[in-house]
Amino acid sequence: MSAIAPSRTEVRRLIVRARRLDVLFVALGIVALGIGFATFVALFLDMLIDGWSRLRPEFFTQFPSRRAGQAGILSAWVGTLLVMIVTACVAVPLGVAAGIYLEEYAPKNWVTDLIEINITNLAGVPSIVYGLLALGLFVYAFGLGQSVQTAGLTLALLILPVVIVATREAIRSIPGMIREGAYAVGATRWQTVKDHIIPYSTPGILTGVIIGMSRAIGETAPIITIGALTFIAFLPPPPVTGDFPFLSFEWLSAPFTVMPIQMFNWTSRPDPAFHANAAAAGTILVFMTLAMNALAIWLRFRLRKNIKW
Amino acid sequence: MRFASSIFATALSAALAAPVSAQGVLVKIDGSSTVYPVTEAVAEEFQKAEKNAIKVTVGISGTGGGFKKFCRGETDISGASRPILKAEMDACAKEGITYYELPVAFDALTVVVNPKNTWLDRGITVEQLKRMWEPGAQGKVMRWNQIDPSWPDAPLKLFGAGADSGTFDYFTEAIVGKSKSSRGDFTASEDDNVLVQGVQRDANALGFFGYAYYAENKEKLKSVAVIEKAGRPAVKPDMTTVIDGSYQPLSRPIFIYVNAKAYGRAEVKKFVEYYMAHGAQLSKEVKYVPLPDRAYQINREHLAKGKKGTVFGGVAEVGVRIEDLLAREAKL
Repeated sequence: MSAIAPSRTEVRRLIVRARRLDVLFVALGIVALGIGFATFVALFLDMLIDGWSRLRPEFFTQFPSRRAGQAGILSAWVGTLLVMIVTACVAVPLGVAAGIYLEEYAPKNWVTDLIEINITNLAGVPSIVYGLLALGLFVYAFGLGQSVQTAGLTLALLILPVVIVATREAIRSIPGMIREGAYAVGATRWQTVKDHIIPYSTPGILTGVIIGMSRAIGETAPIITIGALTFIAFLPPPPVTGDFPFLSFEWLSAPFTVMPIQMFNWTSRPDPAFHANAAAAGTILVFMTLAMNALAIWLRFRLRKNIKW
Repeated sequence: MRFASSIFATALSAALAAPVSAQGVLVKIDGSSTVYPVTEAVAEEFQKAEKNAIKVTVGISGTGGGFKKFCRGETDISGASRPILKAEMDACAKEGITYYELPVAFDALTVVVNPKNTWLDRGITVEQLKRMWEPGAQGKVMRWNQIDPSWPDAPLKLFGAGADSGTFDYFTEAIVGKSKSSRGDFTASEDDNVLVQGVQRDANALGFFGYAYYAENKEKLKSVAVIEKAGRPAVKPDMTTVIDGSYQPLSRPIFIYVNAKAYGRAEVKKFVEYYMAHGAQLSKEVKYVPLPDRAYQINREHLAKGKKGTVFGGVAEVGVRIEDLLAREAKL
C-alpha cells in the first residue's frame, strides 16, 4: 500500500507547486488588469490635460464656430442626449419584451433556435451595416429623413441584440422554484412574469441596457451614414411648449449632430487650437458614459434591495 | 412596471407623430470638406446676422457624395472642390435639377517638406514631382538622389492625401497628368493632420495638402516653390501668387452649386447673397484665397439673370487661372 500512496515529501512538493501556480495566476491577472487600466488612465489623463483649458461652462452653452476659442458643444450634447432618449425608448421595451417572450413563452423548436442564433450573431454585426440598413429603410423607404428619430432608431437596432441577450441571461438566473411557487398558488403566466420575473431580472436587464447604451453613445459610423451634420448652430424644437397640448414631438424630425461627430470634425481641422476642443469633448463623452454607468449601478443597488427571496 | 409601460406609450405616440415636420426656414448645405471651412464661416455669420431666424446646416459628404444628394434634390447648396462632372450633370438633369455654378474662392495645393530640408530651397519642377509620384516610381524611386544627383543620398518618404479625396484627384491630375494615377507606396491619410505630423517628424519627407493646413503649421513645415516648366520661375504658394495666377498648376477654384428652384426660396436667396457679399473676407479668414470682387459681381449677375449651368462642360481641368475662370464665367 505504501508503494502507491505518495510519501509525505511528495505531498509537500505537490502543495508547494500548486501554491506557486496559484500565485503565478494572481500575478498574471493583476498584470492583465493593470495593462487595461493603465492604458485607459493614460489616455484619459492625456485627453483631460489637452482639453482642460476648454472645459469651461461656456463650452456647454456655445454652438460650433470657426474660431476654436468660441466653439462649444451645445448642439452636440443636446443631439446626443435626444438620440439616446429615442434609442432607450425603442430598444428597452422591444428588447425586454422579446427577451421575456423567448425565455418564458416561446415553444422550443427549430424556429426559436434559428431566431436565437440570429440574435446572437446580430450582436456582432459591424455597426456600419446597421447604418446602411437604416439609410435605405428609415431615411428613404419610411421617409423619416436625416433626423433625431432616424439616428435613435438606428442605434436602437444596433443595441437590440445586446438588450435581448442580457434580458434572457437575467431571467435565466432567477431560480426555477420562484416560477413553480407562483404557479402553485394559481398565478397565470402573465401574473408570474409581471410580479416575479420582471422585478427580479430588472438589475440584470439594466446592466445589459447600459452596456448597449454605452456602445451606442460613442457610435460614429452609422450616424454619419444616415447623414448627421457637421455644422449646426441651432437646437431642435423643445419637447414642451406653451400651447395646448403642451407636448411637441417636432424635435424628432429635426436635423442634428452628436458628440463623436463634433469631435471627429475638430480633430481634422488645420488649426491646432481645435484639437484642444476635441480633447475636451472627448473627456465629456467619457464622463457621459461614466454617468450612465453610475446611474445603472445606483438603480441596480436600489432594486436589489427590494428583492426578497 | 408602470415605468416601462409609460415609456412604451411615449415611444408609440412619438412614432405616430414622427412624419409631421415643420422645421421653419432651413437652408441645407452639404458637399466637399475643402469648401466646408468657408461655408461654415459664412453660415455662422449669416445666422448671427439674421438673429437665428433662418437656420443653416452644413454637412461633409465630399464633393462626389455632396453632388449625389444635390442631384436627388435633398440639399439646397452643394460645395465642390472641382467643377461638376458629366455623370453628375446627367444625374441632375434626370431629376430635373438645374443649378447655378458659383466660384467662391481659390485653394492652393501646397508641397511641403521638413524645415531641415535645404535642397529644395530653390524649388522643385512639376517634372521632378511627376517622377516622384507617378505609378512607375513605385518600388523604384526610393532615394532623393534618384531624382536629382545633387540631392542627398537619403530615403524619400512621401505623404499624401487619401485616394478618396478631391485633393488626391486634383494633385494626380495636375502632376502625373491623369486623375487618381499615383504610386501606392506612400503614407496616405484622409486626415491632413496625420500628414502634417509625418512631414514634421522626418527630415527626408515630402507631402502635399491644402494651403490652410500649411498656413496653420508654418513653424513646423516648409513650403516648396513649384516650377511649372523649365525656364519658368519657382513660385511659392501665397495669396499673391495664387491671385496673379503664377502659382501653377496646383491652384484650384472651389465652388458652391445652388439648386435653382431652391434659390426661389427667400431664405436660400438671402444666404447666397450673404455668401457673395462676405465670401471674400471670410475665405481669407479661414486661410483660403479670395477671388477678386469682379468674380462675386459676375456670380451676382448670373443669379439675377437666371444664367444656370456649368462653364466647364463636365471635364476635370487643372491650371485654371482666376482670369480664365472669370472670362469663362462671364461668357455663360
